[in-house]
Amino acid sequence: MNNIIEIKKLSKSFPGTLANDNISFNIKNNSVHAILGENGAGKSTLVKILYGILEPDNGTILLNNKNFAVKSPSESRNLGIGMVFQHFSLFDSLTVAENLVLGLDENISFSKLKEQVESISLKYELPLDYDAPITNLSAGEKQRVEIVRILLQNPKVLIMDEPTSVLTPQEVDKLFVTLRKLINDDKTILYITHKLEEVKKICDEVTIMRNGKIIETCNAKNEDVKSLASKMLGKKLPEIEKSKINSDNKKTVFEVNNLDLKYNDPFLVDLNNISFKVREGEIFGIAGIAGNGQSEIMNILTGEEIIKKKSAIKCFGTDIGNLGPKKRREMSIAFVPEDRLGHSAIPQLSLLDNVLLSQFKGNQFSKFGVINKNEIKEKTIEIIKNFNVVTTGYNSFAGSLSGGNLQKFVIGREILSNPKILIISHPTWGIDAGAELFIRQSLINLAKKGTAIIVISQDIDELLEITDRISVIYKGNLSDPLDTKNISLEKLGLLMGGKF
Amino acid sequence: MKSYLPKIISRGHPSTIMSYWAPVIAIFLTLLTGSIIFSFMGFNPLFALHTFFISPISTSYGISELFLKATPLALIGVGLAFCFKNNIYNIGAEGQLTMGAIFGGGIGILFSSLDVNGFWVLPIVILFGAIGGAFWALIPAILKIKFNTNEILTSLMLVYIAALILDYLVVGPWRDPQGYSFPKTRPFNESSRMPLLFEGLRIHFGLILTIISILVSWFIFSKTILGYQLKVSGLSPKASKFAGFSQNSLVVLTFIICGSFAGIAGVGEVTGPIGLIYRDISPNYGFTAIIVAFLGRLHPIGIIFSSLIIALTYLGAEDAQLFMQVPQAVGFVFQGLVLFYLLGADLLINYKITFNKKEIYEF
Amino acid sequence: MNFDLIISIINIVLIATTPLVFASMGELITEKSGVLNLGVEGMMLVGAVTAFVTLVITENYFLTFLIGTLSGVIMASLFAFLVLILMSNQVATGLALTIFGIGLSSMIGKKYIGTPIVGVSPYYFIVFSFILVFLISYFLYKTKSGLILRAVGESHTSAHAQGYNVIKIRFLSIIFGGAMCALAGSYMSIAYAPMWQENMVAGRGWIALALVVFATWKPGRALLGAYIFGSVSILQMNLQGFGVRIPAQFFVMAPYLATIIVLVIISNDRLRIKLSAPACLTLPFFKGR
Repeated sequence: MNNIIEIKKLSKSFPGTLANDNISFNIKNNSVHAILGENGAGKSTLVKILYGILEPDNGTILLNNKNFAVKSPSESRNLGIGMVFQHFSLFDSLTVAENLVLGLDENISFSKLKEQVESISLKYELPLDYDAPITNLSAGEKQRVEIVRILLQNPKVLIMDEPTSVLTPQEVDKLFVTLRKLINDDKTILYITHKLEEVKKICDEVTIMRNGKIIETCNAKNEDVKSLASKMLGKKLPEIEKSKINSDNKKTVFEVNNLDLKYNDPFLVDLNNISFKVREGEIFGIAGIAGNGQSEIMNILTGEEIIKKKSAIKCFGTDIGNLGPKKRREMSIAFVPEDRLGHSAIPQLSLLDNVLLSQFKGNQFSKFGVINKNEIKEKTIEIIKNFNVVTTGYNSFAGSLSGGNLQKFVIGREILSNPKILIISHPTWGIDAGAELFIRQSLINLAKKGTAIIVISQDIDELLEITDRISVIYKGNLSDPLDTKNISLEKLGLLMGGKF
Repeated sequence: MKSYLPKIISRGHPSTIMSYWAPVIAIFLTLLTGSIIFSFMGFNPLFALHTFFISPISTSYGISELFLKATPLALIGVGLAFCFKNNIYNIGAEGQLTMGAIFGGGIGILFSSLDVNGFWVLPIVILFGAIGGAFWALIPAILKIKFNTNEILTSLMLVYIAALILDYLVVGPWRDPQGYSFPKTRPFNESSRMPLLFEGLRIHFGLILTIISILVSWFIFSKTILGYQLKVSGLSPKASKFAGFSQNSLVVLTFIICGSFAGIAGVGEVTGPIGLIYRDISPNYGFTAIIVAFLGRLHPIGIIFSSLIIALTYLGAEDAQLFMQVPQAVGFVFQGLVLFYLLGADLLINYKITFNKKEIYEF
Repeated sequence: MNFDLIISIINIVLIATTPLVFASMGELITEKSGVLNLGVEGMMLVGAVTAFVTLVITENYFLTFLIGTLSGVIMASLFAFLVLILMSNQVATGLALTIFGIGLSSMIGKKYIGTPIVGVSPYYFIVFSFILVFLISYFLYKTKSGLILRAVGESHTSAHAQGYNVIKIRFLSIIFGGAMCALAGSYMSIAYAPMWQENMVAGRGWIALALVVFATWKPGRALLGAYIFGSVSILQMNLQGFGVRIPAQFFVMAPYLATIIVLVIISNDRLRIKLSAPACLTLPFFKGR
């Protein structure tokens, strides 16, 4: 087997980071080649360079032994490279057909396109609704559109960036069927992931990246999950300490009753009759594929969106549906929304200024509307110290912190307010394994002290690791809760696909 | 791979130093462009720049005139800073100024025609000016929060409407019967007029009001929760919601502050240097103050400097018309240019420019 | 009301509305690509004065409109350079363009106030304005280039990832917008007025901007909106002839007031505005990351 792609001494830097540091490795023709690394290892930068979205600072790439220096994705596509993005690069307000047309360089009639699409759909088991607007599609359907759009170009190499992060376990299996068919069709797949099992399951060779460097390229068959993990992380992480209190008989502190909300907006998901209860010291998880109503629920739980029926949300028996975030914080409810850059923190402001963003009853951050800077400074230093936030100081911009450190800072800010209830969305999204472990452990420790925690996450492993009970959200409906101890992955996958 | 074209690279985080340098670069480039334009028009550029920027302020009267023009510019500019910090594009300050002149001036004329005098008259006149401006600013604010209407277009439309109302008043009901059919009102009595600060110079009490407003605004911006709220909601409405700040109250509040500042500026013009109300009470102060606010980096102290610089373009344009027969509108051209250069130079706050791989110019 | 009066009213409405059609079509294309250019008023004024001065000097109508339109291209290029290459704030830059345009036009035109010219018939332009609306509709919704333009306004990151040159497409859209605005201005000073007067555009640039919102970014509706506006302002003027006694200032006020009212009505439907506005409108695009 010869090499289809050879990467030689490739480097790319961004302000403050060397994302790709002198990278060299080869990809064999007609294979599934994994690039494995944790968040921030430089995988995305590498594939964006391969696809022509970014230009490298140094280094060369050979495609079929020919120099390959592309300046744009269309050049790259003409040379036979296609890419399926993690955050899809689709046009939400346009239809599937229009999106497919936009993926083609030549002009083609809609009827001829439809023929081609149908034959591809059939061949690789990728059914599509041709005339639907993208907004109406589920994440899995959107991914199919992306894959078909690329296959229309008949590429030799397909780059797939974290393709399973938005799929149910069942959908993952279907995707793997498609991938095997593609390999039978003489294609090469570059598979970007941080999930070890997938490397074992589908990949032939694996290149491991850490901190922008290549650690090793090896045969996936000769590795096991443990050896891959140690190579990916470079060190052994401690096991999470789970010893939780039994919250079964504790009293309910937070409940949502028959929450029903119709937005009449194609970009939002209507919520149907959602109910759940959370007990003192319990961690309650809401699982589900992104875009099934999680952000809508989160907005309502934080009070950023106020609802008319105030009894739909109760905290310590009080109706709070009509209260804004400030009032809810006064009841010792803390929140951490998903987006750290511009929602739970403001990247353009200093850490000091970011502390002031969530003010609780107890703190003395201001008097008669005048800011008390010393008080805030002390709090900032406390957060940085207690939550191992790596930073140059309390005056550095929030945006200059790495994802993991900023998330630790944000969560630290909320935890140090000693909340009785913490509502958190995607707590470890896009951060390195060390910070991930630290945050999960902090949440467990907080629950031990009696805080009720609601975790919304699409990371099943995370929910299985830290929660006591899990409900699944699908198209705005919430399933009955299941005990995490007795849950099977298959059952969870079915729920995530709407089979309640 | 070597490219000789300059490349723009993100800094990762904004540079504070560059945000102070950008206005200086902009002013320098404007002067450079100005001298090139003047040379094309056949003038010695040094002579032209001297006429434009030095000779107007070479006498104490000239300096007084500079402060006279800077007074409304700075006051409106700092009012606009409230809006712009909050990402509210109120561009109708000219209309709010006009309404301030109508309300405050109207009360002044009423007192004057009834021959009511007293130390308390002027405060009422000023208060009504502020109310008039605030009222006019409240319209786009309410339309924005209630009906989601774009404040840029509504506040601007209200400028035209205010100007027409003023026109109607001075042509119609408020016209001075002894005014030889000129469209103007009767002059104000002494007690409705802004007291002069120095004998023989035109700078008036409005300057003191402006300085006080600037200091108060500085305090609000840098030391209070309100200032923090403005900053947060300007940078990220989502984060502001997360924090629990009321977006709508902030919109209304900033519009009211800006409108009342503009209204005071308006009433200051008619009860100050003009002394009565007629059609052309403002040479576009409300629009030019937008440039003042940006050039001053939305910072009250910065606005003091920028208002003086922009005021100088007004005086310079008058002198240029007198001594060089250049249309006075050249002042507006300079104002537009300085804003262009500033917006361009602002690139350097968030990005740096490299000319090839090895040389990175750290600004 | 007799037949002749109706004909003459229609005539006036057609003549008065055409500049709004040109300007709003130009701005519509610019906004569809995801860029808001608030410099319409300034570009119209510069177009008006450039065309006027060219006519006085050359007495050649072809050159007049060519150079008039070209002035808009230059103004728009300046704007495009700032917002696309230097990534400046679109709102502030558009305002700067208008302030600059007001100053520049009155500076250039100072000598020409009151200069008599022989105007050109507006009817060619009226016909052209209708053809233009048809062509733009066809372009946007029936051609692949139009689809690409809409896609760029919808998501510049996706468009870039698909290999489209976002900067180039936006540059062309901004320039087209500038050309149309300047054409509208040239029409005003050469065919509509015909004369030069300081600030003669009198807010029509801003009304054109409002029309784009009113039309929810659809060309046919913009045309309709422009004619509703034209009719309202002209009919109100005619009311004076029927003995309705209201001071003249309030009639002049009508289009501005109508703009506010129309904006309120259309914007109140938040969902509709959200769904029809180009998703990337006013957002800067940086290729580097």
